[in-house]
Amino acid sequence: MIPLDHVILLSAILFGIGVVGVVTRRNLIVVLMSIELMLNAVNLAFIGFNRLWPGQPGQNALDGQVFVLMVITVAAAEVAVGLGIVISMFRNRDSVDIEEVSLLKW
Amino acid sequence: MSAQQVLFYLFAAFAVVSALGMVLNVRNTVAAALSLVVTMVALAGIYVLLEAHLVAAIQVMVYGGAIVVLFLFVVMLLNLRSDAFAPGRARLQKLAGALLGIALLAQIVRSSVALPAAPPVPPGFGGYRQLGIALYTDYVLLVEIASLLLTAAIVGALILAKRKID
Repeated sequence: MIPLDHVILLSAILFGIGVVGVVTRRNLIVVLMSIELMLNAVNLAFIGFNRLWPGQPGQNALDGQVFVLMVITVAAAEVAVGLGIVISMFRNRDSVDIEEVSLLKW
Repeated sequence: MSAQQVLFYLFAAFAVVSALGMVLNVRNTVAAALSLVVTMVALAGIYVLLEAHLVAAIQVMVYGGAIVVLFLFVVMLLNLRSDAFAPGRARLQKLAGALLGIALLAQIVRSSVALPAAPPVPPGFGGYRQLGIALYTDYVLLVEIASLLLTAAIVGALILAKRKID
């Protein structure tokens, strides 16, 4: 049996790595990848908690897994739009450095 | 230690190492995207160990297949120079980011409680049949909203990536 504490710990570690990637990297594509990593960490936590409360026989409780499917859908949509933004930014600025798009920054 | 536990720690080590490889790799964006594939597939293995079989298959297909291929496609389309992101600038910001990540991790670990052992799963748990029944009865509105979202995302991505909007 897998210790669920360690599953949640792994999820926290992956989320932390994703946060560090989003905050420190300047390549917009890598920032998007780090966001994907954070979403995956949350998915892992959902799956782990769903394993902890799987429901009774004949009455499966699959809410966590349904939610993971929805997160995957949102992630796919987000990547499509995000990479569209990357391409149009590269077309206008000839770079994908996030320091180049600080016009709205205070 | 059972075989399941050995596999879990193996997959976990793969996931963490390749995630670190993705974030810390400043030279090569293609290698970062391939590290992301390793993380996704390792997570799919962990999903199988946690009895989420359909989600594991979808993880491999959607993340390992579609999303990372999209990333690779854009990286290669833009043909980024490898020295475009030389480190050195904004060192303080980097340090602050790393500290923020470590603080967040420490906070989560500190506030986590000991979880009980997982109970045995009911038959068919996590398979396509049970998940499909859940999706098309209790969560049918969610499925419809997801389809609407995907349509909007496709149209939005097309408009954004188009060369000139007439």
